Amino acid sequence: MNGLEVQAEEGWTLLDTARFYGLEIPTLCYHDGLSVFGGCRLCLVEIGEGPKAKLVTSCTYPAEEGLIVHTDTKRVIEARRMMIELMLSVAPYSKKIQDLASKFGVTQVRFKLRNEECILCGLCVRMCAEQMDGRAIGFQNRGYRRKISTPFDIRSEECRLCGGCIYICPACQLRCQGPEAETAVCNACLTLDPTCLDYYNELQCWMYDAGRCGTCVREAPKKENPLASSKP
Amino acid sequence: MSPRKSTPKMRRLSDLENIIAAAKESRQKETKTVIAVSSGTCGQARGSNRLIEAFKKALKQDGLRDRVILKATGCHGFCEAEPNIIIYPQGIFYQKLEPKDVSNVLNQTVLNGEICEDLLYVDPVTGEKPTKEEEIPFYKKQKRLVLGDNPRLDPTSIDDYFSIGGYGSLLKVLSSLSPEDVIKSITQSGLRGRGGAGFPTGKKWAFARAQKGDLKYIICNADEGDPGAYMDRSLLEGNPHRVIEGMIIGAYAIGAREGYVYVRDEYPLAVANVTLAIEQARKKGLLGENILGTGFSFDLHIAKGAGAFVCGEETALIASIEGRVGEPRQRPPFPAVKGLWGKPTVINNVETWGNVPIIIEKGAEWFASIGTNGSKGTKIFSLVGKINNTGLVEVPMGITLREIIFDIGGGIPGGRKFKAVQTGGPSGGCLPEKLIDLPIDYESLTQAGSIMGSGGMIVMDDRTCMVDVARYFLNFLRDESCGKCISCREGTQRLWEIVTDITEGKGTMEHLTLLEELALAVKEASLCGLGQTAPNPVLSTLRYFRNEYEAHIKDKRCPAGVCKALIRYSILAEKCTGCLACLRVCPQGAITGELKKVHVLDESKCIKCGACFEACQFDAILIE
Repeated sequence: MNGLEVQAEEGWTLLDTARFYGLEIPTLCYHDGLSVFGGCRLCLVEIGEGPKAKLVTSCTYPAEEGLIVHTDTKRVIEARRMMIELMLSVAPYSKKIQDLASKFGVTQVRFKLRNEECILCGLCVRMCAEQMDGRAIGFQNRGYRRKISTPFDIRSEECRLCGGCIYICPACQLRCQGPEAETAVCNACLTLDPTCLDYYNELQCWMYDAGRCGTCVREAPKKENPLASSKP
Repeated sequence: MSPRKSTPKMRRLSDLENIIAAAKESRQKETKTVIAVSSGTCGQARGSNRLIEAFKKALKQDGLRDRVILKATGCHGFCEAEPNIIIYPQGIFYQKLEPKDVSNVLNQTVLNGEICEDLLYVDPVTGEKPTKEEEIPFYKKQKRLVLGDNPRLDPTSIDDYFSIGGYGSLLKVLSSLSPEDVIKSITQSGLRGRGGAGFPTGKKWAFARAQKGDLKYIICNADEGDPGAYMDRSLLEGNPHRVIEGMIIGAYAIGAREGYVYVRDEYPLAVANVTLAIEQARKKGLLGENILGTGFSFDLHIAKGAGAFVCGEETALIASIEGRVGEPRQRPPFPAVKGLWGKPTVINNVETWGNVPIIIEKGAEWFASIGTNGSKGTKIFSLVGKINNTGLVEVPMGITLREIIFDIGGGIPGGRKFKAVQTGGPSGGCLPEKLIDLPIDYESLTQAGSIMGSGGMIVMDDRTCMVDVARYFLNFLRDESCGKCISCREGTQRLWEIVTDITEGKGTMEHLTLLEELALAVKEASLCGLGQTAPNPVLSTLRYFRNEYEAHIKDKRCPAGVCKALIRYSILAEKCTGCLACLRVCPQGAITGELKKVHVLDESKCIKCGACFEACQFDAILIE
């Protein structure tokens, strides 16, 4: 791996191995407590050498005896940059993606901005299914029409309003940590100006619980708060 | 149609041997005339069912049922000539028949041995009218090893298949070859997967055989999703037993007990004929437990697709059969090692399976003598688009594009100029005129920037806009992408947006750079073949037709006269005869004029539908 001879345990992926040796590989749709997905394509590494070398996602590729891996070749970095540029074009106001962009030198977005927030990384789906045993949300459709929603787009009876999906989402991280969360960036929705409902056509969470918490739909008191998300 | 006594279930190898011998003899001794009506999906769409009804009626009325056998066969391959019939034993080929031609066919040709001149194929270049199938230029240069039996068979009859020696290869395998012998033979033949990737078939089988465990599967990939490709459909509809025989041999070779034919739901006739063929094979003892007393057991099931192009990708197909969402997964592990339900699985294309029996019958060396060094045997192409002889063409590897398009295809209709040929479906690329002498094999097509793919071959003339072609395929791909990886899902969408902007006159030169950069990223970063090859249409058209992109961008002009935003229609005063033809067909009332006076086209009302262009007999409509 990057010229260094490394050893992996049985069942490790290339990402596991890299992290064990302190090599940094960016990820987005990967999470320690959830199954691997391989959809965001940020963790790409180059395996093999010569004309047959190819890019694979390190989070899914199993460590193999004798495999030659490079984590930061020109090929890898250029592909990574384009993935970030694509993500930015979809979710330009996500802090996590903006951070990735500045880290990897993505300074322009040459595609039409869509401002959808969701980059279909699937973390919420896997969180709901695997950690919370809810299975209330999933992928719908394929191709450019793909989206995440509840079955038939109606309020799910399986959803227990745990807020796990919102917690784990990399795109909407700073916007809402769920009602009554106690972290420093909690209740960010109180400082939202305009409110979530003013900004979007519908509430951006599956909790559907404007009655219980309601902060996202109330008229937000205008407060000075350095953590308030800037006006779009 | 003459009734046939059905053969009983066979329990020993010698039963099969006797049945085949008896059926072959009975066919040889047949004195009746056979009229084979091409009745695949394309034939039926052109009216072959009505034709068959008319024949049946006439045969009954004229009391000819004891002299003539009427056979509804699968596709004969010459789509342009549908509905067509072949009269055996003479091999006379009649094209584009209508029910009213039936009496002439029977009275003149069948009874009196005279040719019906008006039903013969006419060569558009020489004007000649060949009478026999093998004399027709479309068929002459073909080598129809796989599809050639279609006209001789009733696909709904296993006995008919026996009568041409069908299941003789299976007999040979079960009597005298070990599984390793079979794999060796397939490997030595050089057969490569006909689904598109071209992986050596023998190698794949050897991997699967080498895996431990006695639960293995084989799958026939009949998802055929490429727009314009229908060779698998034709083989499944017209000769399903050929494919089944190949699969039983393959199962024996790798040690599989169960197999699936995954056929797309959009092929109802293929589904019906394969289902029937499997039932018949089972009834005769060719599928099931202890086949022909050899101890080898194998059975086949049908699995239907549900409308997703991505399910033609092998791991997505396997997921689909397992009841999961059709999304590809990373390989390794390859299906030959870990496939259906986690077990070793060999998945091959319909055409690949169709080649197996003939390799066993005639030997690996014979097969390897056909084709080029790297690509052996024949390949079926669907020759479509701006071509005179539309149809399915089976040719030896190494034949040139020129031979296919001009000698077999009869050239471009309307005397127009050949511009490009698109091969390999949405994963392939466009090859320009300067490559027309390219010999076709896996490597040469890849080097030229395209791929063999499943065999789709779309011919384009000077009125095809290459930017529009790229847009068409990108639209298809962004819709069919499974959506898992952002590189493919977002990438194809953005590529489409940029190319669409170019066709609408909103393109910039920076777009071209961006297209190439994004195309490369999509190719490198995508998980499966769909994403990895999605940029090919854009990259190949940029490579060979960059000037067209630049014309759209710099001059805001579409040289081929296709992109609606960039063209204008007008009437050439010097050619207009004032015949009112265009005026009548214009849906917008954009054309004004009187009889024998030059007409005028109001551009502000024109929606560029092209109706006037089609109607004008004097070339007076100008599109620029």
